[in-house]
Amino acid sequence: MNENKFDTLEINCKKPILSVKNLKKTFGKNVVLKDISTDIYKGEKIVIVGASGSGKSTFLRCLNCLEDPNGGQIIFDDVDIADPKVNINVHRQNMGMVFQQFNLFNNKTVLENIMLSPYTIYKKKAKKEGKKPKEFKEECRQNALALLRRIGLEDKANAYPSTLSGGQKQRVAIVRALAMNPKVMLFDEPTSALDPEMVGEVLNLIKEVADEGMTMVIVTHEMGFAREVATRVIFMDDGVIAEEGTPSEVFDNPQNPRTKQFLNAVL
Amino acid sequence: MSDIIKSFTRAFIVQDRWMLYLEGLGNTVIIASVAVLIGLVIGVLFAMINYLKKKTGKLKFLSALVNIYITVVRGTPVVLQLMILYFVVFATWDNGIMIGAITFGINSSAYVAEIVRAGFESVDDGQREAGRSLGLSTWQTMWHIIIPQAIKNSLPPLFNEFITLIKETAIVGYVGIIDLGKVPGMIQSRTFEYLPPLIISAAIYLGLVMLLTFALRKMEKALAKSDRNGGGKQ
Repeated sequence: MNENKFDTLEINCKKPILSVKNLKKTFGKNVVLKDISTDIYKGEKIVIVGASGSGKSTFLRCLNCLEDPNGGQIIFDDVDIADPKVNINVHRQNMGMVFQQFNLFNNKTVLENIMLSPYTIYKKKAKKEGKKPKEFKEECRQNALALLRRIGLEDKANAYPSTLSGGQKQRVAIVRALAMNPKVMLFDEPTSALDPEMVGEVLNLIKEVADEGMTMVIVTHEMGFAREVATRVIFMDDGVIAEEGTPSEVFDNPQNPRTKQFLNAVL
Repeated sequence: MSDIIKSFTRAFIVQDRWMLYLEGLGNTVIIASVAVLIGLVIGVLFAMINYLKKKTGKLKFLSALVNIYITVVRGTPVVLQLMILYFVVFATWDNGIMIGAITFGINSSAYVAEIVRAGFESVDDGQREAGRSLGLSTWQTMWHIIIPQAIKNSLPPLFNEFITLIKETAIVGYVGIIDLGKVPGMIQSRTFEYLPPLIISAAIYLGLVMLLTFALRKMEKALAKSDRNGGGKQ
């Protein structure tokens, strides 16, 4: 039994869930990411901080190829998803993403927002497994309702996103991503577009998901939250990883002068 | 006064002439409805090709063809397009009404393509990114998320296009198709009175357009349900 535990632990240690190798990204002549390499292990909560324009959002968006990398590799599920020949849709199904602007589907109700991708993507598979489309749809519906119940928005199931507050929208966006049972969640400044009084409810939900063991990569300006949730902090500057370490290493004892300068400005 | 009533009676009642208007109205409605359908299908498809080319950088060749099509169709008079299709392309086909419908469908598609392209571009890019980030394919994202929003955004100018189209179909008289615009001429040649049949015909067009405007407004309202503010923040 103990041996078994050790085995899985060792496998987890050895093999990152997401491995970034020499990632490069340019927009025209503007080089945004210069040679970034890092390994992300199961259960890690990585918080990326840095000044605006340092490339942190671009880095996050490269992880699920919303921005196509111009060089390097991103290994996820043993596949280099940076390779343009890879069917990226299959891999994105295992990588949730939460956006700064929520991006709930305006033409769908809250419930439909959550159900749409699990139902659309897995209905063929369900049919093969002998489930009737109606049964499967009901299954997706129940699953979506359970997620809404979890965030206390069951009564908004049939409302359209335009009637929700920013905090409610972002919480729905988070459970919409969770509905696909992803292996990794990417958060792109999830609280930056929120009114101050709504930041708390969103951060609490992210914390909850983190505590359940989800692997996360979070770009944020909430330093208190970063310190509390992160297992590793990455400080990005001018398209490179300038410094990384545990929150206390990076926040309390920064080595790089650029990190010190940034922290002085924001803390 | 009684003279006016008499001439209108001659233009409408005598010899069951109202049947002619009815036939003309029927043909106008058939031509316009088929044309709207053709225009919508081709137009939305072409708008989608241009949108996808802009967003993904693929479909360059198709997009170039679409742009040539739009330039040519929008740049030439619809009367000439009608004559080319009627006398040359479909010279051996004797269904003038369908040829008219196809002509106006093609003509309208170029305008619809531009209208809907603007509709596509008005959909926030985040909608597409959210769909793709969940693992939906390009097509699934288009079908479930982008197309419904793009069409909704382009409804007012689309309605305008359809109303213009109905009235424009009067041109089919040029190649001898009997539509609502052709009927007054036929009646004038019998009664030698010019004004009454023209006014009757114009009134029927007006009624048709008003009816359509009413129906489209209703539809627009029904589709706007996702905009309605339920008391929360926008």
